[in-house]
Amino acid sequence: MKGEGFLGKNISSFAHALESVIIAEDLSRAPGLLQRLDPRVKVATLILFIVTVALARSLWILGVIFVLILSFSLLSKVPLGFFLKRIILFIPIFTAVIALPALFITPGVPLVSIAGRVIITEPGALTAGLLFLRVSDSLSFGVLLILTTPWVNILVALRWFRMPSLLVDIIGMTYRYIFLLLHTANSMFLARRSRTIGSFSSGENRRWLTRALATTMVKSQHLSEEVYLAMLARGYQGEVRVLNALSLKRRDFICVAFALLVASLLLWSNHL
Amino acid sequence: MHIPDGYLSPATCGVMYAVTAPFWYRAIDRVRKALTSRTVPVLALFSACSFVLMMFNVPVPGGTTAHAVGATLLAIVLGPWAAVLGVSVALGIQALFFGDGGLLTFGANCFNMAILMPLVGYFIYKVISSNSEVTSPRRILGAIIGSYVGIVAASAAAGIELGIQPALFHTANGTPLYAPYGLSMALPAMLIAHLAVAGPIEAAVTGGVVAFLQRSHPSLIKADATGKKEGKRWILWGALGVLALATPLGLLASGTAWGEWGLDELKNMGLGFIPQGLEKLAGWWPAPLPGYGFPRMGAVIGYILSAVVGIALIIFLLWMLGRRLSRKNLPAQQTPIQQEHIK
Repeated sequence: MKGEGFLGKNISSFAHALESVIIAEDLSRAPGLLQRLDPRVKVATLILFIVTVALARSLWILGVIFVLILSFSLLSKVPLGFFLKRIILFIPIFTAVIALPALFITPGVPLVSIAGRVIITEPGALTAGLLFLRVSDSLSFGVLLILTTPWVNILVALRWFRMPSLLVDIIGMTYRYIFLLLHTANSMFLARRSRTIGSFSSGENRRWLTRALATTMVKSQHLSEEVYLAMLARGYQGEVRVLNALSLKRRDFICVAFALLVASLLLWSNHL
Repeated sequence: MHIPDGYLSPATCGVMYAVTAPFWYRAIDRVRKALTSRTVPVLALFSACSFVLMMFNVPVPGGTTAHAVGATLLAIVLGPWAAVLGVSVALGIQALFFGDGGLLTFGANCFNMAILMPLVGYFIYKVISSNSEVTSPRRILGAIIGSYVGIVAASAAAGIELGIQPALFHTANGTPLYAPYGLSMALPAMLIAHLAVAGPIEAAVTGGVVAFLQRSHPSLIKADATGKKEGKRWILWGALGVLALATPLGLLASGTAWGEWGLDELKNMGLGFIPQGLEKLAGWWPAPLPGYGFPRMGAVIGYILSAVVGIALIIFLLWMLGRRLSRKNLPAQQTPIQQEHIK
């Protein structure tokens, strides 16, 4: 049933987003290795390694980094299957499809030839492999940070790195209200599905959807007024004050030293 | 259109951050002045709204679904600069939390979807709907065309960013280090997907929501209509100029645009034969500028001149359409302004 499929798809994608965030919040409070580190150290290390991944020019460097990521995720009590599913399921599979033609059309020395006609060239294999590994590596660093750091602490780290406090406040509040709006949208779709018998054409569904979209916009406008008044009533004067009692420990310095050592070794081997 | 990390070289990412930064700076400045202490809650709610809009699955004929971006829509309701910030924050949370779009490529993604798309879309909407009443059909038309052109412009920018990678960043023997496809493949691939599928969806959703708001919440669009008369057409002309200057990119691309092959090219492509009907039809439409070039003139000059002629023709047609539609304006009811619009 077409209409059911479209409503069901929306409901499940909202549920999926909520679920993945709840799992991340749970894991980020588990007693693992990375969870114990200071968020500022983790954010800095993330940026260092994402740049390293972007500068790497050989498959083995990217491979070593991927093995490192997997071992750190294990040490941080992130279930391996869950982690792999989360990083491989989305972008890398898409990338693999994109990279596939490059295997054949990049000119160069043939590596494998099938039936004498379809030829995989050496540069083709290299370029496809580089793209795939680079995308997987950068993505899994981001996922690892999110799975091992509570969201609030990431915001504190961003503020410490001199991101304008206006932006940090907006990002923090946005994150909070995304879930309220997702919940509202979810209720609209559930209500619609519970009174739907039979199927609708995609045109009718689209018309209903544009109304749902417009309603979401109107609701968020009303809500912004209410939230502002509530903030005013609590003494808001245009600046959000936060408590951040972060302190660097010995393990944080060890982590920074280790990350710098690994990154510089890898980048140095780039030029061998 | 979310470019993940790994597709663009660090140098390109750096350049895109540098291009994006002044727009963010100006947006923050504008929004802060207009909203003062309401900046944080209002923008937070609209960023959250933008995020949720991007999550909606829109039904497409054929039973599948697709996503809309909604950047032009936000610009119409909130004003262009608030939309720049709202979509940027939504993209940032998507990148950090859901791995949708990279962190190094965040600047590029923001340029395409949070800057180019709402600004291009909004100014086309403004030009088509300028000075019209809140309930005017010109506003729906403006929203439809604006959002369509906005998403196509964003996809063209993404195609160019991806397409310049293999020529600029490769190993000594020519192996591409990042996105492997050149301009002649990346640009048409992005454009076709957005001209044919994502563009119409974006246009249908934006037009539909604007029409609905006209009927049920005219105050959300009204704020814009009562603003001071547009003195900012130069920005549109500037954008148009940039696009026109970008036409030489077409000269860099080798080969013909996908789907626009001539008969001899079809033969060369290994078709071996020409479908009979096609051969008959080939002479039917005598294009005044065959292959976009004036006969007996330098290919480059001809190409650029055809671009200028094309742009002039489109502007003329839109202007005529706007005049016709504006005569059919309905008298709108007067409602108090409830929301200020950030310009």
